[in-house]
Amino acid sequence: MVDGRSMVKRRTGLRLWLSGGWIMLLVLAALLAPWISPQDPLAQDLFMGRLPPFWAAGAEPGYPLGTDSLGRDVLSRMLHGARIAVLVALIAGICTGIIGATLGLIAGYFRGWPDLVISRLIDIWMAFPPVLFAILLVAVVGPGLTSIILAIVIIDWTRFARVIRAEAMAQGAMDYTASARVAGQSRIGTMLTEILPNVLPTIVVLLTLEMGIAVIVEAILSFVNLSISTDDPTWGGMIAEGRASVHQAWWVLVFPLVALFLTVLSFSQLGEGLKDRFDPVLR
Amino acid sequence: MALLRTILLRLLTTAITLIGVAVIVFVVIRVVPGNPIAMMLPPGATEADIDRLKALYGFDKSIPAQFVIWVQGVMQGNFGTSISSRQPVLGLVLGRLPATLELSLMALVMAVIGGGLAALTGTRLRGGRVEGAIDVANGMALSVPDFLWGLVLILLFGVLWPVFHISGRISPALDLPFATNFYLIESILRLRFDLLADLLAHMLLPALALAIPLAAIIAQLLKQSLKETMHLDYVTLARTRGYSESAVIWREALPNALLPTLTLVGVQFTFLIGGTVIIERLFSYEGLGNMAIDAVINRDLPLIQGIVILFAVIFTGVNLVVDLAYAALNPRLRHG
Repeated sequence: MVDGRSMVKRRTGLRLWLSGGWIMLLVLAALLAPWISPQDPLAQDLFMGRLPPFWAAGAEPGYPLGTDSLGRDVLSRMLHGARIAVLVALIAGICTGIIGATLGLIAGYFRGWPDLVISRLIDIWMAFPPVLFAILLVAVVGPGLTSIILAIVIIDWTRFARVIRAEAMAQGAMDYTASARVAGQSRIGTMLTEILPNVLPTIVVLLTLEMGIAVIVEAILSFVNLSISTDDPTWGGMIAEGRASVHQAWWVLVFPLVALFLTVLSFSQLGEGLKDRFDPVLR
Repeated sequence: MALLRTILLRLLTTAITLIGVAVIVFVVIRVVPGNPIAMMLPPGATEADIDRLKALYGFDKSIPAQFVIWVQGVMQGNFGTSISSRQPVLGLVLGRLPATLELSLMALVMAVIGGGLAALTGTRLRGGRVEGAIDVANGMALSVPDFLWGLVLILLFGVLWPVFHISGRISPALDLPFATNFYLIESILRLRFDLLADLLAHMLLPALALAIPLAAIIAQLLKQSLKETMHLDYVTLARTRGYSESAVIWREALPNALLPTLTLVGVQFTFLIGGTVIIERLFSYEGLGNMAIDAVINRDLPLIQGIVILFAVIFTGVNLVVDLAYAALNPRLRHG
């Protein structure tokens, strides 16, 4: 029994290091992509089509992870795809967090009609199939990075709003918020100085999870071919190409899939690990 | 009395939700750039031709006026005409619905069985290595969404060890004696096990991709509530009366641990149905979701509208049923 806590702690520590390490690597790859890519990610060479990765027979030096059907280097496209993944994770995650958490705070702390309106909106949002909604929104706004980020924010704000609303409601019922009000603080002031700091750990955890989700949504949208223009390298676009030629060139699908898999897993494990860290019972 | 009030309140909020969905989707798809009418006509069509078609589909009126006409149609069971196929939307959508329903229900069954078994095994062998392994597998399954599981399954069982089909719902060469689009159910009822095997070989991977995350959620939640129940007095009492550990879990703890899991499974099932959109696309499975993506690409506004509304009806319907079942099963709510 005594060991239980330290074991959980050690496992959490390892999890945080591994997932954090992969994300650092990803950010580094995104920053350095133009300098460390062996080839131009857009350069086509039909004579170099479907080259296998370096360990297989018929591989060419300079194309370590092989090429796709148009002769474009898989590794270079993955490194450039990481830029879009990181960008979408950061911007879409943060925007979704700000909007969702604000609405959740207002609904949970002020209650009354703001809560009624926001809760009804959440209900309506929950009745949409999210992927279809995202595809529809990108079709409306037109392809491009901005519209993907916009679509993610519009679909996913409810993730924050639902949780933060419940937390703010619980905090609002506690004595310390009441005493802040008695001490003469305004309602908005109480919300910002008393409630917000107490729900901040939850926001950070949700934000980490949301970044993983944003990367997936971007990949899904580029898979359906509504993302950036098809030439630009994205992991989802590469996966779509790889899926189409999976029987001829499995590596075009496997490498971006592994990158996407590890990224999503890392964000989610990071979020879960942070949740354990913030948990006062375990601390 | 309290139960009746709960039911009426839930019906009212469900109605508001559906109206909200209808309004939002109606407005959103009408700001889609790209003129669907121009895409229908051959090149060289005159302005007059375009105007005539616009009037035919009602696109020449204001958005509120179009909405009123659409609602009036829906009241009479008329969801408009698809632009790309020129057939009634309702018929198209209902024709595809069985494929999606069969896929989702199969995934649900797989998730309940898989998640339930994992939770029971983890509880029976708690504290040991097996429980640790189940927890780690659960964490993985939970972190990675259905889309990625689908791709992993395609690689494993479609390419590396090609035992299952990775596209379509049924082999196109087969002769189908079916009267409805519920292929799976009909193949069982007609005792056509050759067709059933072919259907399952197509459905297994997409259903598994949808089932994995839900199975993990069920396992986690059921294990948690089993753990809480195992400490209760009546469970200890059953143990002292000489029941085996497995019998204690199965007969005493499980029935009481099911209720909280049931409510969550309802909500999660709607997420699973939402996931069919991309999973059907990934596996070229001819269901509602695949049709929806085509409709968006083709700018088929009436069809998009019909599909989104149908999804919303299914989602709110599932939630409604779960809430009412919970209210009926939970004695605390029943007596107000």
